[in-house]
Amino acid sequence: MKKALAIVGLTATLGAASQGSAVTLTLACGTVGQELQLCKDGAARWAKKTGNTVNIFESPNLTNDRLGLYQQQLAARSSDIDVYQLDVIWPGLLSQHFVDLKGKIPAAEVNAHFKGIVDANTVNGKLVSMPWFTDAGLLYYRTDLLRKYGYSAPPKTWAQLATMAKKIQDGERGANSTFAGYVWQGKNYEGLTCNALEWVSSFGGGTIVDGTGRITVNNTKMAAALDAAASWIRTISPAGVTTYGEEEARGIFQSGNAAFMRNWPYAWALGQSADSKVKGKIGVAPLPAGPGGKPAATLGGWNLGVSSYSKNQAAAVDLVRYLTSPAEQKIRAIEGTYNPTIQALYKDQAILKANPFFGSLLSVFTNAVPRPSAPTRGKYNQVSQAFSTAVSDVLNGKSKGQAAVAKLSTDLARIKGRGF
Amino acid sequence: MTTNATPTQAAPVRRRGIEAARARQAIWLLLPTLIAIAVVAGYPLYRTFFFSLYEANLTTPGERTFLGLGNFWFTTEEGVPLGFLQDPKWWTAVKNTLLFTVVSVFLETVFGMIIALVVNSAFKGRAFLRTAMLVPWAIPTVVSAQMWAYMYNDSFGLVGRGILGGQALLADVDSAIWAMIAVDVWKTTSFMALLILAGLQSLPSDMYEAADMDGASKWTQFWRMTLPLLRPALLVALVFRSLDALRVFDIMYVMLGANTASSTSMTGYARQALIDNSLLGLGSAVAVAIFLIIMVIVVIYVTAFRVKFD
Repeated sequence: MKKALAIVGLTATLGAASQGSAVTLTLACGTVGQELQLCKDGAARWAKKTGNTVNIFESPNLTNDRLGLYQQQLAARSSDIDVYQLDVIWPGLLSQHFVDLKGKIPAAEVNAHFKGIVDANTVNGKLVSMPWFTDAGLLYYRTDLLRKYGYSAPPKTWAQLATMAKKIQDGERGANSTFAGYVWQGKNYEGLTCNALEWVSSFGGGTIVDGTGRITVNNTKMAAALDAAASWIRTISPAGVTTYGEEEARGIFQSGNAAFMRNWPYAWALGQSADSKVKGKIGVAPLPAGPGGKPAATLGGWNLGVSSYSKNQAAAVDLVRYLTSPAEQKIRAIEGTYNPTIQALYKDQAILKANPFFGSLLSVFTNAVPRPSAPTRGKYNQVSQAFSTAVSDVLNGKSKGQAAVAKLSTDLARIKGRGF
Repeated sequence: MTTNATPTQAAPVRRRGIEAARARQAIWLLLPTLIAIAVVAGYPLYRTFFFSLYEANLTTPGERTFLGLGNFWFTTEEGVPLGFLQDPKWWTAVKNTLLFTVVSVFLETVFGMIIALVVNSAFKGRAFLRTAMLVPWAIPTVVSAQMWAYMYNDSFGLVGRGILGGQALLADVDSAIWAMIAVDVWKTTSFMALLILAGLQSLPSDMYEAADMDGASKWTQFWRMTLPLLRPALLVALVFRSLDALRVFDIMYVMLGANTASSTSMTGYARQALIDNSLLGLGSAVAVAIFLIIMVIVVIYVTAFRVKFD
């Protein structure tokens, strides 16, 4: 009897111990700009609070490379990574590999986030991932140089941008032979799709594929937008702009070698850091508009999802809930200009002090143009590649806008095949 | 298990002759290797052939539909071409890969031959030079490709800014392919030189002494003696390098990125279909096509030049 009791007691303690015992999770973080450090810090705070351990998996810099790696992990049902950082265009592609967070995270907490972003994360009623930060393309400019060349405000149209960039570039070239008027992301990858969608949308050229899955690229406004962008190369943008991603463009702007830059909000905090050559000389504005169009910014952003193959799902959900909470989003907004996905934080004084443009550009973030990942579903990547390749051909002078959009239309029909 | 089986079987066999016993023993000794090859090479190859006949997604390989040769050539009722052989981008990739292979292997052979002849002659510091020339080849391709990508950069690169004055070689596929041939030649010439050097060292030196006596010039000696005798070694080296160049991947992928690499190398095209687009069936079909292209080229090489691999 005594022995039996002892065994029962021992089992109970063991059970309790295993329930309360610390687990080790692996979190896949991005590594662009300050992302990695902020990701590590956030995970460390959660680990300290809960007594668990978090390993950080450093993902590749470019989003396409990251997706390739993740798909292999997920297809192999690997439990190596518990929490994935997911691009806003991926939920449709990867939904089946992630835990439904609906019901696991209180509805009130989910509903505090921008509805559009929560919708983008919901596939067939399943909440694939939680919004972590949102992104939209912005125009960065040098306030000191604008003043020096007699401009009082940033450009409102692409034509104005080209004129201003040319004047500043010509003036600065005397002292600095590598100075560029305008830098952006022209390498043939997902970032070029984002940049080009902004030009096209601001020219009134549509969104590649419309909401019903119809291919809308073969139109003169899209062709005009691509021709306009091609005219910037070697006039206001360096020839090598067609090999730049986010970090290459930022490197040039932040070392004081460019007047204008298109980039995501994260570049603000880095541009204002102590070692930046342009600290205190940066302004941020909405991207310019095309002739007769409205300015447009492509919706970006990253979310956190829990892998269905994770061995510690409960702890992983708790980590996601913690990292996407208002307190964590506030820290990330102040330290790294990562845009919160919670509406209320845009009124937070500490955040507005660190990022003065957040309040005035709120409409840019809330009205950002989504890439056609929803109507094209699993074929989004192919659509995006075909689009960025067509754009790249125009930028490199291999094709003119009109011919490129006609060919793109055929390519997309081919990809669509029997349907998206 | 194999070690136990061998002696018991060897005993009765001995009467029939030592040769037969040896042959049987050899099979047992080879068995682990054959199993290993079947598992690590045969099975993946079989799966690739298998999936090339299906329409399947990388993330859900279980749900697949049979297509036959549809991944290669298929036109829908609406006249939309879906097979990769109908994709102009694939043919651009094939053209660029062949250009890359022919030019880089040719240059590597010529430069490799010159270097091998130089380091084959006796001079002070020869041993050091032989080691030093292998440095570019010893650096992992991913590292050297990234290093060259920096050098080609138009705003801070040694080549792009310093020598070419701000030209972006990598921006355009047509100039990028030449930039990458340069990297490959820089990297692999020393390997070619090493293979040719091994061939040169096997040539008897008394033959050259006799030629000198007969008054043959160095030029005649090279064309009439060295080159014909070097032929077997040279051909093996050529086959090795051509195969390597045909499946080039890392240089293009690192220097140009996934999208552009898919129109400069066949393997880049295969990777994009298989990984980025998760088209397991189509990607496998492309891989099968690459396998066949390489096999045909090897057969042509081996039969046309009567290469002996021994």
